[in-house]
Amino acid sequence: MRPAWVRRRPPPALGVAAALLVAAFLAYAIWGFRAAAVAGFAVRSCTPLALAAMCGILCERTGVINIGIEGQMLLGAFAGFFGAAAFGVVFGVLAAAIIGALGGAFLAVCAVSWRVDQIIAGAVINIVAMGFTTFFYRPGFVIGSLPTWQIPLLADLPLLGPIFFRAQPLAFLTFAVVIGLQVTLFRTTWGLRTTAVGEHPGAADTVGVNVARYRYGNVMLGGALAGLAGAMLSVEITGSFDRAMTAGRGFLALAIVIMGRWRPMLAWTAALLFGLLSGLVNQLNFDQVIDVPPQFVAMVPYGTTIVVLAVFSTRVRPPAAAGRPYP
Amino acid sequence: MSDSEEQPGADVVLEVRGLTKRFGPVVADSEVTLQLRRGEVLALLGENGAGKSTLVKMLVGLLRPDAGEIRIGGDVVRLRSPRDAIGRGIAVVHQHFQLVPVMTVAENVVLGAEPTRRGLFDHRKAAAEVRALSQRFGLAVEPDAVVQDLPIGMQQRVEIIKALYRGAEILILDEPTAVLTPVETDELLRIVAELAERGVGIIFITHKLREVMNGTDRVVVLRDGRVVGDVATADTDEAGLAALMVGRPVVLHVDKEPATPGATVLEIRGLEVDDDRGRLAVRGLDLDVRAGEILGIAGVQDNGQRELVEAICAMRPRRAGTVVLAGREVEGLDVRALHDLGVAHIPEDRDKHGLVGGYFVAENLVLNRFDQAPFSRWGRRDFAAIQRWARQLIADFDVRTPSVYARTDALSGGNKQKVVVARELSRESVLLVAAQPTRGVDVGSIEFIHQQLVAARDRGVAVLLVSAELEELFALSDRIAVIREGRVAAVLDAKSATRETVGLIMAGAAGH
Ligand SMILES: Nc1ncnc2c1ncn2[C@@H]1O[C@H](COP(=O)(O)OP(=O)(O)OP(=O)(O)O)[C@@H](O)[C@H]1O
Ligand SMILES: [Mg+2]
Repeated sequence: MRPAWVRRRPPPALGVAAALLVAAFLAYAIWGFRAAAVAGFAVRSCTPLALAAMCGILCERTGVINIGIEGQMLLGAFAGFFGAAAFGVVFGVLAAAIIGALGGAFLAVCAVSWRVDQIIAGAVINIVAMGFTTFFYRPGFVIGSLPTWQIPLLADLPLLGPIFFRAQPLAFLTFAVVIGLQVTLFRTTWGLRTTAVGEHPGAADTVGVNVARYRYGNVMLGGALAGLAGAMLSVEITGSFDRAMTAGRGFLALAIVIMGRWRPMLAWTAALLFGLLSGLVNQLNFDQVIDVPPQFVAMVPYGTTIVVLAVFSTRVRPPAAAGRPYP
Repeated sequence: MSDSEEQPGADVVLEVRGLTKRFGPVVADSEVTLQLRRGEVLALLGENGAGKSTLVKMLVGLLRPDAGEIRIGGDVVRLRSPRDAIGRGIAVVHQHFQLVPVMTVAENVVLGAEPTRRGLFDHRKAAAEVRALSQRFGLAVEPDAVVQDLPIGMQQRVEIIKALYRGAEILILDEPTAVLTPVETDELLRIVAELAERGVGIIFITHKLREVMNGTDRVVVLRDGRVVGDVATADTDEAGLAALMVGRPVVLHVDKEPATPGATVLEIRGLEVDDDRGRLAVRGLDLDVRAGEILGIAGVQDNGQRELVEAICAMRPRRAGTVVLAGREVEGLDVRALHDLGVAHIPEDRDKHGLVGGYFVAENLVLNRFDQAPFSRWGRRDFAAIQRWARQLIADFDVRTPSVYARTDALSGGNKQKVVVARELSRESVLLVAAQPTRGVDVGSIEFIHQQLVAARDRGVAVLLVSAELEELFALSDRIAVIREGRVAAVLDAKSATRETVGLIMAGAAGH
């Protein structure tokens, strides 16, 4: 028996994912190498988005709107990179998670304890992150990007292998986080209480659920994930840090949260769609099938976001208490 | 001091001694003393603002008493939160339910004390627990139904089961019947009797004397925060209780002359309106209301009454049909324009549509004409004029408020209702749409509001009255339109109609 808040909106995630897969296999059969390249690009570019979207889901499901994901990612990218350059990769990644969580703690203090407008608190995170990382930025450091891990046997599967079973460490972590969140949100008491806190904090409070504690916990956990998503950009994928290198991905993640209807797997699928689209345009451009300036190619995700939000955001319902302080 | 106070009998589950609560200069409760026994249904009765809800809030840990003590099973307890209270076995069902709308009945019931299996939430066990409780106490609910799909009466049952699941032995119901239909009310009274039978002590707050007489064992009457009566229900009657409450005899029926209806003011033809979920709720409804008459709308809840009222008052778009007000089609007009044409509206939900909670009482009393002389001159509000006017209305309608500059949301429920009624009745209007005008109002004030509605009629106002109370409809209406499935099933002359016929038509008996 699935709990109600799962059942009410049958997740089309599986359907969409299956359709994508079939399409991908067809394309693979016809264009072989290219389809694999597009799919690989799609997964690599969508994974940081997916992880950042998990932050959005965690926060909004407990009733806190986090528009500071962008800033938390940037802080994570920064701390991750320089941490890794100075003390090694493991330290860098941990530093990214911690600084992201600190950003979350700031948001939680503002939103939960001080009842500050959550949009303003989130904007503050973005501004501070931008200023901080730009100010302390020192060019000239380089580290290598992270190695790619392969899962034996599975990595040799056609198409699927290179996409899901040949990836870098934080990408694997993302897969685990998405699946883990899907299970815990919909199958555990923690998930039930989180939903209650985000939908009707009063009801949760009167039966002994500590609303503030849940909000602090989830917002900080979400912040850590956003920080890791940032580290994925700097430490894992490029091996370098650039000013404002998150380039609006934190905001894309918010759009993905909406498209994914606040469900981890569905959001992941949505992120994958984003990735596929940019991958496709990239490849077409590379093959000179179309010829547009690279700036326009880079605009694809943002343009898509506008269209998607225009279509989706009126039809889906966010958690009822999102954005509202309690009590 | 009597014996029972020295050594409370073993069956006294809750004892309150000298409980006092002040809000600034207002003494909401003053040395309240009462006892609740195991398996007893105790009615708490009192005028609007007498201090009932405040007492309840102290009993469930939402407010700290300024003086006095609360004893549960003989022990003095300090309750700091509803959590504390439920830990001691006291639970309350407020008028605004504390349920998560998107979750199921079972999930709502077990929230905070969930059964688990191998670390995961055990949905099956939760449903089984709910089923067991609902069988044991005769409270039929479907554990897997989603709460937002349930009617109000059902949601209330979920709240009661929630309390029982947490082992409540004392259950407090604050005006539980104010939002229920008559059938749901009967059902609730049956449930309450059943719970008492099984040993739960119940405090039942209501303004409806019939419910007190039918469903309770003992009555405690509060006036101005003091206990002025503590009697066995069997030893009293409605008139006696009303007099004890108000401090004077209350006339429980309305005197009115026969109506002298004039021209048709409101003419509705073929009206179709959607409900919130986009389903057709009003389906081709025809209705006429004439000047100088009160037309009552009777019907089982959710048969399109709300949508009808909101469509007339421009709060909801219509899908088809015409609404003509004094010879003019009002399609496309907004609330403000209608208001300027002389439509007054007492909305069914005072907190949502009737008042601005954060405004002063005075401001709410002029909300329908704050921008007109004498309350506004050259775009500046004239507070002296507003204050004078507010004082007058507060006196006329007996609104119990510490001052005209009190925040409206600090008023008791019934007094808020009186603010809305006073405002809407104090402006000359052509059409008055009154939805549940006396919801939550005490008997003394009901009498006054009823007189005012009849007076408006006699001045030539067309009154459309929607009420869940058949009593009220029969007391006030000149004609009664019975609404069923979004259509008018019959229009009856109120003098010759009987409750039985109206009830039968409401229920959809053959022949109509
Ligand atoms: N939070 C508050 N701040 C100031 N005054 C308050 C507050 N809550 C209640 N009061 C005052 O305390 C008095 C008692 O209010 P209470 O709500 O207990 O009345 P009640 O008996 O429940 O009335 P009703 O039948 O209308 O619900 C009222 O005069 C009210 O104005
Ligand atoms: Mg009250």
